Amino acid sequence: MTHNQTSAIVESPARWIRSRNRWTIFEILFWIATLAPLYFFPAYLNLASQVAITALFALSVDLVLGYAGIITLGHAMFFGLGAFTAGILSSRYGWGEPISGLLLGGMVAALAGYVTSFLIVRVQHLALIMVTLGLGLLTFELANSLRWLTGGTDGLTGISTWKIFGYFRFDLWGYTSYAYSLAVLFLGFLICRLVVSSSFGLALRGIRENVQRMPAIGSDYKWHLRKVYTISAAIAGIAGALLTQTTNTVTLEVLSFQRSADVVVMLILGGTGRLYGAIIGAVIFLVAKDQLAGINPQYWFLWIGILLMAVVLFMPKGILGGLSRLIRRED
Amino acid sequence: MALRIAAIVALGLSAAWTTGAMAQETVKVGLILPYSGPFADAAKQLEAGVTLYIQKHGDEVAGKKIELIRKDTGGPNADVARRLAQELVVRDQVDILAGFALTPEAVGVAEIATEAKKLTVLMNAATSSIIDLSPYMVRTSVTIPQVNYALGKWAVEEAGVKQAYTLVSDYGPGHDAESSFAKGFTEAGGTILGADRTPVANPDFSAYVQRVKDSNPEAVYIFVPGGAQPAAIGKALADRGLSPPDTKIFAQGELTHPEALESMGETARGVITTFHYTLERDDPLNKEFVDGYHAANNGRSPDLFSIGGYDGMHLIYEALKKTNGDASGDALIEAAKGMSWDSPRGPMSIDPETRDVVQTVYIREVQEVDGKLQNVVIHEIPEVKDPLHGAAK
Repeated sequence: MTHNQTSAIVESPARWIRSRNRWTIFEILFWIATLAPLYFFPAYLNLASQVAITALFALSVDLVLGYAGIITLGHAMFFGLGAFTAGILSSRYGWGEPISGLLLGGMVAALAGYVTSFLIVRVQHLALIMVTLGLGLLTFELANSLRWLTGGTDGLTGISTWKIFGYFRFDLWGYTSYAYSLAVLFLGFLICRLVVSSSFGLALRGIRENVQRMPAIGSDYKWHLRKVYTISAAIAGIAGALLTQTTNTVTLEVLSFQRSADVVVMLILGGTGRLYGAIIGAVIFLVAKDQLAGINPQYWFLWIGILLMAVVLFMPKGILGGLSRLIRRED
Repeated sequence: MALRIAAIVALGLSAAWTTGAMAQETVKVGLILPYSGPFADAAKQLEAGVTLYIQKHGDEVAGKKIELIRKDTGGPNADVARRLAQELVVRDQVDILAGFALTPEAVGVAEIATEAKKLTVLMNAATSSIIDLSPYMVRTSVTIPQVNYALGKWAVEEAGVKQAYTLVSDYGPGHDAESSFAKGFTEAGGTILGADRTPVANPDFSAYVQRVKDSNPEAVYIFVPGGAQPAAIGKALADRGLSPPDTKIFAQGELTHPEALESMGETARGVITTFHYTLERDDPLNKEFVDGYHAANNGRSPDLFSIGGYDGMHLIYEALKKTNGDASGDALIEAAKGMSWDSPRGPMSIDPETRDVVQTVYIREVQEVDGKLQNVVIHEIPEVKDPLHGAAK
C-alpha cells in the first residue's frame, strides 16, 4: 500500500471503500454474457440453470471460507435445509408459490446457521473442519430417519412449483428456470458484493488474516463471524430451495458430503476470496463434468482430479487469481 | 432489434432440429444410470444386460437403427437425473428414456417423461409407487412388495410356519420389505412376533439376533443390503443357533446371490429366499443368456440388474416392432401394455392397467449341488402382481 493510498483512507474511509468497489467494465460484460445461453444455447439451459444454482451456493461458501476464513466441509447442510423446506412446503402442505418458498427456505437455513454459529466461532483449523463435517453428517442422518417428512432414501415426491408471479410456467427447455435462477443468483451476488465491500467485509478479511489482532483493535470478531455465517447459511438455503423449485424433486443427496466437498473444489478451481472465483469455479466444474461425462460416463472424475491438481500447482490462487496475475491486476 | 434477431435465430435452430428428428432413421435411447460413485457396479451390470441384448438381436429393429446415449447420475440424485433427462430430450432428441438403477433417479425423471411424452423403461428401480408418477413409465425389473408379499403368503400356506420375527435394515427398501412380508404373512394367518431394524451399515448383528432368539420364533425374515452384511448376519445367526432346519431363515434374493454365498459359506445352507431371477435355474433360455453373458463379460455372472436391462431392451424392441418403428411415447406405451414374453427369468408380462411387471416369483433354498452351495428353486408362484396396486388376491 503506497503512502498516497494510506492518506486517502485516513481522510475519508467511506470514500476509499466506495472507490475500491466501483463496477468495472469486466463485471458488466460478465453479467451480459450470462444472458447468452437464453439466445444462443437453448439446448443447454437446464445445465445453465444448475450452474447458476451451484454458483449461488459457491458464493455462500466463499463468504465464510474465502472471506472469513471459516473452513467448512458441511455447508450442504444449509443447502439441503433450504431444499427440503421448499420441497416439504409444496409436497406436504400444497403451497408451491416460488418466491415465498425461496424466502422461507432461506429463513430456515439462516436460523440453523445462527444456532450452529455459536459452535463454529469456538473452534478453529482442524477442529472447525471436523465440526462442520459432523454437523453436515448429522443433518443427513436426521433427514434419513425422518422418513415420514423427507421421504427417506426415495426422496420427496409430489412437489409442484406454481408459475412465477402466476405467469411464467416452468418449461421443458428450461427458459423459465434459467431466467429465474439467474435473477436469484444476481440478487444473491449483489448481497454478497455489498457484504464484502462494506467495512464489515474488511473486518472479515482482518479476522481471516489474523484473528488475534482483531480484539486488539476493538473488533468483536465472534459477532462478525456469527453474522457472516448466518448470512451465508441463508444464501445457501435459498440456493437449495431454488434447486427444489426448478427440478420439483428433493432427495437426501442435497445434504450429502459430496455436495459440501464439490463446492470447496469449485472454490479452489475458481479462486477463493473472490466472488467471481466462486461463479467461475462452478461454471468450470459443471461444464467440464457435463462434457467429460458425455465422453465417458464412468471415469470423468479422473479429469476433474487432474484439473484440480494442475490449478493448485500452477495457479495457487485459482483460475481467476492466475488470470488477474497475468493481466497484472493485483489486488 | 438484436433481441428479436436472436429470438428468430433460436427459433430457426430449434425448428431445424425438429425436422432433423423427423427425418432420422435411428431410434435414440437415453440410458440414465449411476455410472460413477458407489452404485457404479449396478450401472455396469445393467448396461451389460442392455448391450448383450443388442449384440444378440442386432442394432436394427423395424427398419430403425438403435442408438444408445449414456448419462451418468453419480448416485441417487433426483435433480441430476431430471436434468439429464431434459437434456436428452431437448439436446439429443432421444425417443426413449431407460435405465434407472435407483428409485430417486426414476422419481426425478417422471415429470419429464410425462411432459415430453417419452416411453420410460424402469430397468431396475424397485419402489412400488414410482410407476404411478408418469403414464409413460413401464417396469421390467421387480418390486420389493411383489416378491416379499408372495414369500409371506407362501411361508404360511406351503411351509406351514405360524409365527415369525422380522429383522431389516433401517432404510427405505428395508421398510418396504418388512411391511410387505408381514402383510402377506399375516393375511395368510401367521403372526409376527416382533420387528426390529438395524442400522444400514452394521457390522455386528449379535445383539439383535439375541433378541430374536429370546422370542423363540419358528422363522426369521431378514433384509440387509449386499456387501459385507450377508456374511455378518449369517455368522450371528449361526452363532446363536438360529439356523435351518430348526429355525427357518427367510430373505430376499440378494442375500444369497453368488458372490454373497461365497462369503457366507456354510451359514447360508438352508436359507430360503424369494426372487424373480435365479442364475442357476435350469432352462434353455436362461442357459443361453448366462453363457452369452459370461462370454461378453470375462466370466462375470449376470444379476438382477443385468436381467432388468436385458428384458427392458426386449420390451423396447418388441414395442417398436408392434408400432412399425413409430417411436412416439403414446404409440410405444400402448404397445407395451399387456405385452408378454418368455424371458431368461421365466414367463413375464406387463400389466395393462398399472404398466408394472407381472412375473413368476421363485422360492429358492440354498442347497449343496455337486459340492457347491447354490440357490435351488423349490417352489414357483406364477403371474404375481405388485400387491400394493390392489392386484393381489
